[in-house]
Amino acid sequence: MPAFSVSTDPVLEVSNLGVRLGGRQVLQDISFTLKKGSVSALIGENGAGKTTLLRSILGIQTWQKGSIRVLGKTARGQLSQIGYVPQKIAFDPYLPLRTRDLVALGQTGRHWWQRSDTAAVAEALAAVQAESFAEQRVGMLSGGQQQRAVIAHALARRPRLLLLDEPLANLDFASASRLVELLGVLARKQGISVLVTAHDMNPLLPILDHLVYLVGGRAAAGNVAEVVRSDVLNRLYGYPVEVLQHRGRLLVLPENPQQGLEIPCHVHEHLDQHD
Amino acid sequence: MTDPLHLASFLHNSAVQTALWIGALAAILNGSIGIFTVLRQHSFAGHALGDGSSAGGAVAIFLGSAALWGFLGMAWLAALAMGALGLRRARERDLATGVVLGATLGISALFLYLDVSSTQASGATVEVMFGSIFALDPQLLWPTILLVGVAIALIVLLYRPLLLIAANPDLGRAAGLPVRRLELLYLLLLGTAAALSALSIGVILATALLLGPAASALRLARRPWQSFLYAQGIALTAVLGGIYLAFMSYYWSDGASWPVSFFVVLLILLLYLASAALASRRRTKR
Amino acid sequence: MFSSFLLHTWIAATLLAIAAGSLGYFVVLRRSAFAAHALPLAAFPGGALASLLGFAPLWGLGGFAIIGVLFLRIFSLLGRRDVAMGLLLSSFLALGGLFLSLGREYAARVYGLLFGEVLGISSASLLPLALLVSVVLLLLLWQFPILLLESTQPELANAHAISSARIEWFFLLLLALVSAAAVPVVGTLLVFTLLVSPAAAAQRLSRRPYHAWALAILFAELLSWSSIALSYWSNWPLSFFVGVQGALLFLFSRIFARS
Ligand SMILES: Nc1ncnc2c1ncn2[C@@H]1O[C@H](COP(=O)(O)OP(=O)(O)OP(=O)(O)O)[C@@H](O)[C@H]1O
Ligand SMILES: [Mg+2]
Repeated sequence: MPAFSVSTDPVLEVSNLGVRLGGRQVLQDISFTLKKGSVSALIGENGAGKTTLLRSILGIQTWQKGSIRVLGKTARGQLSQIGYVPQKIAFDPYLPLRTRDLVALGQTGRHWWQRSDTAAVAEALAAVQAESFAEQRVGMLSGGQQQRAVIAHALARRPRLLLLDEPLANLDFASASRLVELLGVLARKQGISVLVTAHDMNPLLPILDHLVYLVGGRAAAGNVAEVVRSDVLNRLYGYPVEVLQHRGRLLVLPENPQQGLEIPCHVHEHLDQHD
Repeated sequence: MTDPLHLASFLHNSAVQTALWIGALAAILNGSIGIFTVLRQHSFAGHALGDGSSAGGAVAIFLGSAALWGFLGMAWLAALAMGALGLRRARERDLATGVVLGATLGISALFLYLDVSSTQASGATVEVMFGSIFALDPQLLWPTILLVGVAIALIVLLYRPLLLIAANPDLGRAAGLPVRRLELLYLLLLGTAAALSALSIGVILATALLLGPAASALRLARRPWQSFLYAQGIALTAVLGGIYLAFMSYYWSDGASWPVSFFVVLLILLLYLASAALASRRRTKR
Repeated sequence: MFSSFLLHTWIAATLLAIAAGSLGYFVVLRRSAFAAHALPLAAFPGGALASLLGFAPLWGLGGFAIIGVLFLRIFSLLGRRDVAMGLLLSSFLALGGLFLSLGREYAARVYGLLFGEVLGISSASLLPLALLVSVVLLLLLWQFPILLLESTQPELANAHAISSARIEWFFLLLLALVSAAAVPVVGTLLVFTLLVSPAAAAQRLSRRPYHAWALAILFAELLSWSSIALSYWSNWPLSFFVGVQGALLFLFSRIFARS
């Protein structure tokens, strides 16, 4: 598997990362880099270690081996450059924060008792089209709206690296494609590097530059043309996968699931997710 | 001149004055810190800290030292223990809180018994469990002002990060907040609030003052800071009103005045119900 | 220490430990330690009213514990469950304080109701206690599998047409009955140690339901017997020994289960 082409100024550089959790080696020898303004997907099944990897990049999760560098420095000093959207978001209806307040809380780099930068808040709200519910309590919003509020919260600090953990899991078809479009715009127009985790790469394929596959605690990384090929995917998944081309777009499907009796477990999880 | 409301004698009574000041300070602190307790669903822990501080109060009475430091010392100790033990796993928290609470209650049972049998302080149980707001030592006022002043200053400075980590600790970590230290600070403030209200309106009623006003305020507030102001207002109304009603009950029921705690809790409950009604009316109007 | 005077205490404590241990198993399973703490306190004004008006305390305790369950269900609908619990225990204690202040022997009564009066158990109160305990036990055994399923896998139980709300009512009412029975013995404040500690320790040591359940009853018996004996020898209050030994039991079970 070819590694990413080494760019001149990698926004994120993960090398030989190893993480143990509760006596288990969850991640092992993970290496990849992200370039400025690129969109990358972190793909893997449940428990593959996607969340663990994102938390390690943030420095929330301690790791045992290897190094992680954000904009050339360790992540701890660079938190103001990273926006993070956690996997499960469900705000309490009692929480006395409006969407606008939550977004303002995303700003870092000034003391907590100082006034927030209203221009940055307005910009972040506009980016996710959250103006219509900016004055409502976050706990009263729908799941998808809460997710957009948290993305705005992450954007309010004007990050250069945006980490999103399964942002598509709660969204309907239209909202999902709108979010994918937004991520593409953030990367292309504002030069933010985006790293998104997902079980399913299909909705992300239109904007995707790179893929990082997590299998058995190890990573395989490459750009779309290198990885989204049936022979490569067959090897990664361990069962037959078909890559279709439809009106210039790629689509990844398990091969003839109706014929073989053994439906790959990946698809099962998939169905469970969306039912 | 007739004074059917007995306001003059109420306000000129020095025991009442001390009660009003300390009660007001306890109300302001409990209302504010209760916001975080309700949001974090820490009600049981908040209650247990109040109960736990009673063991300290009972020990202090036994040793003949100032009750305030007994209450405070035990509450802080229990807060630190909670921070060390079970903040992380919510599933364990409930049980660990319960078991620790049982132990501290047992200790306070022992010391109250010893207080009664060795020092003839037969009112110790009542004092520790129900508070004795009309018998407070006026010298308590200054340490109380200091404690509440420091606590409120910390809350004013830090309420936004504290709200963020209550909403979602991972968002706080990603924003570079020292989440563990902030949580510990919150627990210490909670311990302070519990000890102060245990001392003034009594251990068990402390829980109502901590939870009721904050839960009511969280329903009504439209801005983050409003929730704190509303909670303080509701707590103050309940405590000051309760003290006044208890004072008045002396005149209504020829000589046998009713306990302050009864009136305080009654007012808290009524205001809680009113806030629920107001919030649901607001929702249907929209 | 087995004089007829203390014999009543032994019998009452033995009966109580059976009920507390077996119901405690579900208290721990349902993570309802706060409810187990709040409902005995809700019974408190009943005891105070009984001493004020001069009727048998068991009726007052039981009545107010059941009113407490009603309060809890109504306030849980209005807002948070844990806030409802806190308001319940505060307001009922305040009510109890009021009743007591209207009576004569204020201070002594408060201590007795809160921390128990072991020697105050008469032979006349043993029969209702035995009846109450057997009712609780029969109801528990009758509903054991359903209660177990609903407590561990509520969604699965709902799929089998078991209503969570109804189970919660059933559980809280049983808790109210046990509270009413236990208050005169160990006092309002420490009923819940008897409910929580033995069952928590048992569940640490065994994963099999009936096994852990039996272990919880056994631990509850050991806890109450040793507390009575220690209290008798030292002349210190029973609830001190229940509280502290309960915590030690929980601690030991954790250490033992880890090794
Ligand atoms: N605190 C922890 N202690 C021990 N093991 C853990 C801990 N957190 C996660 N794990 C384990 O680490 C592995 C990776 O978990 P992680 O949450 O990173 O997976 P994921 O890829 O994000 O899965 P999902 O798609 O379900 O979100 C899992 O097997 C999980 O059981
Ligand atoms: Mg995950």
